[in-house]
Amino acid sequence: MNREPAAFTRREFVSGLTLASAALCAPAFLQRSALAMHESMHGLSSAPGIPEDRILVVVQLSGGNDGLNTVVPFGSPQYYKARQNIAVQQREALVLSGSDGIGLHPQLAGVREMYDNGMASVIQGVGYPNPNRSHFKSMDIWHTADTSATGDGWLGRYFDAECCGQGKGESGAPEQNDPAGGGMAAIAIGRTAPLAMQGRMVKPISFENEQLFRWSGKEIHNALSDPYEKINRAGAAEAVDTESNGAFLMRTALDAQLSSDMIRKAVAVRPSVTYPGNDLGRQLSMVAAMIKAGLKTRVYYVTQGGFDTHAGQGGAQGRHGQLLNQFSSAVKAFYDDLKSQNNDGRVLTMSFSEFGRRVGQNASQGTDHGTAGPMFLFGPMLRPGVHGEHPSLTDLDDGDLKFRIDFREVYAGILEQWLKADAKKILEGSYRALDVLKKA
Amino acid sequence: MPSAIQPAQNGPKPAQPSKAGSAQTGSAKARTANMSPIKPQDFGYEQARHLLWRAGFGGTPQQIQTLASWGPTKAVDYLLSPDQVEFDKIKADLFDKDIMAPPSAEQRQMYREAQKAGDEDALAKVRLMRQERERLDRRQIAEVQKWWLKRMVETPRPLEEKMTLFWHGHFATSYRTIENSYHMFLQNELFRKHAVGRFDELLLGIIRDPAMLAYLDNNDSRKGKPNENLAREIMELFALGIGAYGEKDIKEGARALTGYTFQDDAFQFQKNNHDDGAKTILGKSGKWDGDDFVKIILAQPACAMFIARKLYGFFAEELPPSERLSDRDLPPAAGQAVRAMAGTLSKGWDLREALRQMFLSEHFYSARLMSQQIKSPTVLVVGAIRSLNAPARDLSILNDAMDLMGQNVLFPPSVKGWEGGRSWINTSTMFVRQNILTYLLTGKKPVGYDATADIMKYDPMPLLEELRKADAAAAQDPGRVIDYLLKLCLGHNASYARQPLVEFVNSRGGSLTPDLVTGLLLLITAMPDYQLC
Repeated sequence: MNREPAAFTRREFVSGLTLASAALCAPAFLQRSALAMHESMHGLSSAPGIPEDRILVVVQLSGGNDGLNTVVPFGSPQYYKARQNIAVQQREALVLSGSDGIGLHPQLAGVREMYDNGMASVIQGVGYPNPNRSHFKSMDIWHTADTSATGDGWLGRYFDAECCGQGKGESGAPEQNDPAGGGMAAIAIGRTAPLAMQGRMVKPISFENEQLFRWSGKEIHNALSDPYEKINRAGAAEAVDTESNGAFLMRTALDAQLSSDMIRKAVAVRPSVTYPGNDLGRQLSMVAAMIKAGLKTRVYYVTQGGFDTHAGQGGAQGRHGQLLNQFSSAVKAFYDDLKSQNNDGRVLTMSFSEFGRRVGQNASQGTDHGTAGPMFLFGPMLRPGVHGEHPSLTDLDDGDLKFRIDFREVYAGILEQWLKADAKKILEGSYRALDVLKKA
Repeated sequence: MPSAIQPAQNGPKPAQPSKAGSAQTGSAKARTANMSPIKPQDFGYEQARHLLWRAGFGGTPQQIQTLASWGPTKAVDYLLSPDQVEFDKIKADLFDKDIMAPPSAEQRQMYREAQKAGDEDALAKVRLMRQERERLDRRQIAEVQKWWLKRMVETPRPLEEKMTLFWHGHFATSYRTIENSYHMFLQNELFRKHAVGRFDELLLGIIRDPAMLAYLDNNDSRKGKPNENLAREIMELFALGIGAYGEKDIKEGARALTGYTFQDDAFQFQKNNHDDGAKTILGKSGKWDGDDFVKIILAQPACAMFIARKLYGFFAEELPPSERLSDRDLPPAAGQAVRAMAGTLSKGWDLREALRQMFLSEHFYSARLMSQQIKSPTVLVVGAIRSLNAPARDLSILNDAMDLMGQNVLFPPSVKGWEGGRSWINTSTMFVRQNILTYLLTGKKPVGYDATADIMKYDPMPLLEELRKADAAAAQDPGRVIDYLLKLCLGHNASYARQPLVEFVNSRGGSLTPDLVTGLLLLITAMPDYQLC
């Protein structure tokens, strides 16, 4: 178990790299650099029973995951009536202890095992008023936590509030007008940075794979590496006016170099458990590696696509089942890995999708865009079990499920209880915070 | 042609004070803005280069030399007269206007009947058709983005497109909200039409623009139930700025705008939905309609100041956000320039005249302004292609990169547009910025795309033509070529970069082959300073 990197401070870190000379020449330069933030975030007050350096991992299931075939209401005859060809049979469903009439899709064996070990909870019937059925719009609503689907991302607002004095700013001196100050607080794996993580000040680092998070000129010819480093170093030492745009750019470029080196070094380490060979597994293994390396990152974001199952989605077997299997096996491996690092208690994982699907199957043995769906939470600190009631299959809204829990109640619970942040300020409204954590 | 502008004849220079240092030497003079015209003898290579970047998307060495040889007046007039330069006419049928056309009365009737009868299959069919149209329209908006990008790359009228980009950020409207690609195209054309025309006409055009009317919900605004969104943003973000109006003015303005909506692709004034009662807006009382509302705003002195300030911030130097600052608190030099431009605007809203005043002023070429602006993602990409003579390659990849850098055109993040300046830059966007240059110069696609490189070969040698013309030997001399390229790419000789670049050339044999020159350009465009213009 390697806990050493957690003790990494900015100074040690800088002097351990080849860019030390820049640090000596221009100390004012690095003073306000990215890594300043991570130190300050270190100082967040701890709550009893909650470990320091809490991390949130968001798993986005893109395309609209079919909630009814994820958490299966096998006790409901309406379910079987509405889904003649694609229903999961009662004998196939994985029963959740302590629940009644519902079970998990058989491909979610890993999730069930975690559930049995008190490592997973299911939140049923999550949605929002006047649901929007556009992938685009509904995803933005989840990302902004705003039904108008406009504004900054909810996690972006969290970072702005915590580090840049936009909100209650626990961490003291704000890094005013210095987006580089966001540093490595937020990392998203994927081609584009999710809106959820876009703040006014803090922007996430995002990369599809770590090779993207570096200057690609080096791959054109390795003779370019050396002059590239030299010029950046010389430039950093050169800038006189630290307030100028030029100095700001130099500083950010240097930060980018440092983060790039750290991240690529981190993910080069092979995981101690075997991950499934799917893309979510690959992404989560990278996240686990970065956690293991002690990166001061507070939120990671990963995405699994393909849930837009309009045709031939299958029941216990088939396409939707495969997707769930990938999800379940990847998350299970992720927590096995974290446990072997002794980091599982630091990491809460939340999964969501932009909407569920309609109750009735369509003519192509698939399902169309619907409304409310279940969310999963993972981690040993959770209040385990099934939360909320399964949405009614008889009291429908034009063939769609009515939500029972507003997703912002889940966000509020995570923000307040796990991240110790001011949910009201960040969500720009008062939501009853769902009790997500075990009582201390 | 002033010899000082010929980098070829300067040869290797001794180490200079840093850029930031030299900016400071000029700062005493820059405390006050000298708005008198720049003298022809002060307008050389650096000034022409600066003008091309700010009033457009940069220029090749040939273009820079041409503008420098013309002198300031002719150069500025050329850029300010897009209508005098031949360019492809935009065809009205460029895009399909019917993808998102509202359902016909017949279709709506069918839907209602299906709903009544509870015919799930028929309803599902309607929903599927709707989804299919949305899918097609999303494909078309990507086409509109590429079309605009291509136009920015190819236009011989760079200021026209730069102003279109300016207005798009000013009257920010997002496809995400309106989901109608044809309306986004029409709005883009509206901005182009008034690019350097008259602001009053543009503002009257905006309250008739389908995309804007939908974006700010004015199509739902009717007598008795006015929607305040458009009235509020016109006052707050489009024309006056916070502090220059009250909540009452917004409420009354919203009433004036009731009934301003659109049918299909055209503006429609619905008399039945218009509130024709008396209103008091900014102290003026009458039975105002939307046009009157706009005219009352245009008559406010705050309006000319607001627009002048926005133009100055976009073209000259970034200003603090207006909501935090009154005009009195502007930095003195900027305040003078803005007031001068506002004076011009208030005399007839001629944007061309206000821009001419700025582009010709000595102040515009002061050290505190030159090479101090952070390029927007659009300016970075379009500017690199134009100024380095690079192939544009795959426009989809460029659009994706611009999105990653924070500027997905036609999808601004909010009605406030893009914040600009330092908000463009963070550790992720820095690499995207460097790597999109690698793609343009070498064809190596960013990770995540099909791994085969774009085979189109970039030829950097024409860039050296001006240097060769002036002095054939210089084009063979690594030191002089490096100085020349630094000056082209950064606007100044970054002395700290010179030595490593010379060493690089020498380590590769010292002979300036096209590949080696491309290598130099890769290194120079990866410099943090390359993000400035």
